[in-house]
Amino acid sequence: MHGASFDIAHLLAGALVLVSFMLLYQDRLYALLNVFALHAVVLAASVAWQAYVQDAPHLYVTVAIALVLKAGIIPIALHNMVRRMGIHREIETVGGIGATMLAGMGLVALSMMVMLRVTAGADPLAREDLAFALAVILLGLLIMVTRRNAVSQIVGFMSLENGLILAAAGANGMPLVVEISIAFSVLIALIVIGVFLFRIRERFDTVDVHALDRFRGERL
Amino acid sequence: MSWPAPDFDPVPVILACPAVAAALLAIIPSYRFSAWLNVFASLITLIAASSLFTLPQHAGDYVLIDNLNIVFIALNAFVGFTTSIFSASYIGHEIEIGRLTPAYLRFYHALYQVMMFGMNLALLANNIGLMWVAIELATLTTVVMVGIYRTHEAIEAAWKYFILGSVGIALALFGTILVYMAARPIVGEGLDGMIWTVLMQHVAHFDPSLLNVAFVFLLLGYGTKVGLAPLHAWLPDAHAEGPTPISAVLSGLLLNVALYAVLRFKLLLAANAHAIAPGPLMALLGLVSVIFAAFMLYRRRDIKRFFAYSSIEHMGVIAFAFGIGGLLANFAGLLHMTMHSLTKSGIFYSVGHVAQVKGTQKIADIRGLTETHPVLGWTLVFGVVAIAGLPPTGVFMSEILIVSSTFARAPLLALQLAFGLLIAFGALMWRLTGVAFGEPTGSRAPVKASYLPMFAHLALVFAAGVFLPPVLVAWFQMVARGLG
Repeated sequence: MHGASFDIAHLLAGALVLVSFMLLYQDRLYALLNVFALHAVVLAASVAWQAYVQDAPHLYVTVAIALVLKAGIIPIALHNMVRRMGIHREIETVGGIGATMLAGMGLVALSMMVMLRVTAGADPLAREDLAFALAVILLGLLIMVTRRNAVSQIVGFMSLENGLILAAAGANGMPLVVEISIAFSVLIALIVIGVFLFRIRERFDTVDVHALDRFRGERL
Repeated sequence: MSWPAPDFDPVPVILACPAVAAALLAIIPSYRFSAWLNVFASLITLIAASSLFTLPQHAGDYVLIDNLNIVFIALNAFVGFTTSIFSASYIGHEIEIGRLTPAYLRFYHALYQVMMFGMNLALLANNIGLMWVAIELATLTTVVMVGIYRTHEAIEAAWKYFILGSVGIALALFGTILVYMAARPIVGEGLDGMIWTVLMQHVAHFDPSLLNVAFVFLLLGYGTKVGLAPLHAWLPDAHAEGPTPISAVLSGLLLNVALYAVLRFKLLLAANAHAIAPGPLMALLGLVSVIFAAFMLYRRRDIKRFFAYSSIEHMGVIAFAFGIGGLLANFAGLLHMTMHSLTKSGIFYSVGHVAQVKGTQKIADIRGLTETHPVLGWTLVFGVVAIAGLPPTGVFMSEILIVSSTFARAPLLALQLAFGLLIAFGALMWRLTGVAFGEPTGSRAPVKASYLPMFAHLALVFAAGVFLPPVLVAWFQMVARGLG
């Protein structure tokens, strides 16, 4: 791995972590969706660079999926949904933005510490990529637990999945990466379709997942 | 066994039969016919699966047949078949009361076979990536089926299952990628790095620290699917709100499939001398699940939710047994897994009919079953007695084996396990007396039930408690030895 190509891969993966942080402090749904589209674009660039460096043309399929589906169709569909439901007001978060950001920093530090120490023997690009990917995954989890709105939970999950794709693309020559990214796309498409089909808005009058809790069979 | 012919390979049948059936079921409008086609397809799969026992072990790039997964596949196909029979009578009632429409049933039957396909593929897979995809497929279909009633509760349960299941599956994938990363320097790039048998051959030379981290992710990821505490939150809701046949296959099969994935990776780690011992981690999660679920049983008011917590407890026992390891504990773990699958799905069959005839799932409103519906009531009594681990049932045998084999190695752990089991036993007996022998309430209308599946399951569980066929013992011993 030459100096320049290593630096570019490093830069793109680092940018993905940065955009994950941006997702963390968005308090409007439209803005959240826009930042997520950016997240997908950065992922696409990162995977495209890996495809070029590793000379693995099949990875371009993953790039195409990221660009078309995750940066295009899904954010637009969610935009429509948010507008139709009229829920583009503030996102209710658990805990303040400051605390969430601090927690996010802690998670990034944790993933660096764990992955860099553990992968001492692996090749440097893969190490850095794994550490960044784990950071993106943990930040995605953090978004999912700090949001109560179904749409922003989907966004959190999709950003988490972007981290997985980053890890898979960084693992040189890993088989089934494309298949896995397709499987994930199906999963996400199903979530979005499911939210549409079940018309959570009509059923619950809100997409606030917290409100769904009261329908649990235990509380009578 | 004279049939099938020795050169017959059942693997394509086990995979193709559910896939073809799913496609057919998706286009057939008549639900009565679909129900029977569903039973028929499950029967073919069962026959093909049982013919696996005659086959020698072999491993390809994608498919693996060894002693371990044959047990899982055979159990999977058997419970899949009996559940399809139960389902046929169950959905008849749901159509009558208008809870489901024929259009939804078409969907339901097709998904049932897709789920069977996913589980069979996961069990047959020799490729850890393929296994991951198959478990995801099986999970997704169950998510949709849990939400099929489209009530508030059902959609909430499906959503929760979906989100938690997706997080679990994401963690498992990260673990899978890490295993590949560990394998790459030794076995080289490409497909070989994901083939389980190839990994097993070379695992001794893998980087142990990478394997350790990978196992933690895999255990948490697939452990979410197994329903181990504290990752179990989706399980009770999914069991309570979906159709009862789905509760039966969730408890009886899908949890096992996830556990099978954990076991495969446990074997991988055990073969590397420098990696952490995977057993204690599994035993710890298992023990936590047993004790937690045992206490939670007392607070449940919904009968399906109640038995869902009992499933968490038993999956904990099984994970604990495999975590302790050794010939005896592994043997007991396998036996317990088989017995739990049979008993719990049997219980769900009878609970399904009970809930239909009484029109409620609230434990408080279901009383005096042995008086109002003697056959159903007594079946449930036997089921609960079996699952509580009273002699002479198979569950009793396996629990005794687990506790006693642990006593020899770690007496303190055995005491905690026994404590958890006793607490759970108390909860089961307490609820059973009300439900079975209390002042009768609710409808006394006769129930159109198919008794065959539950009788078959409970008969097997009792038979196993009295006499385990030597063939089965020998087979389980062989598998247990392989599990290390």
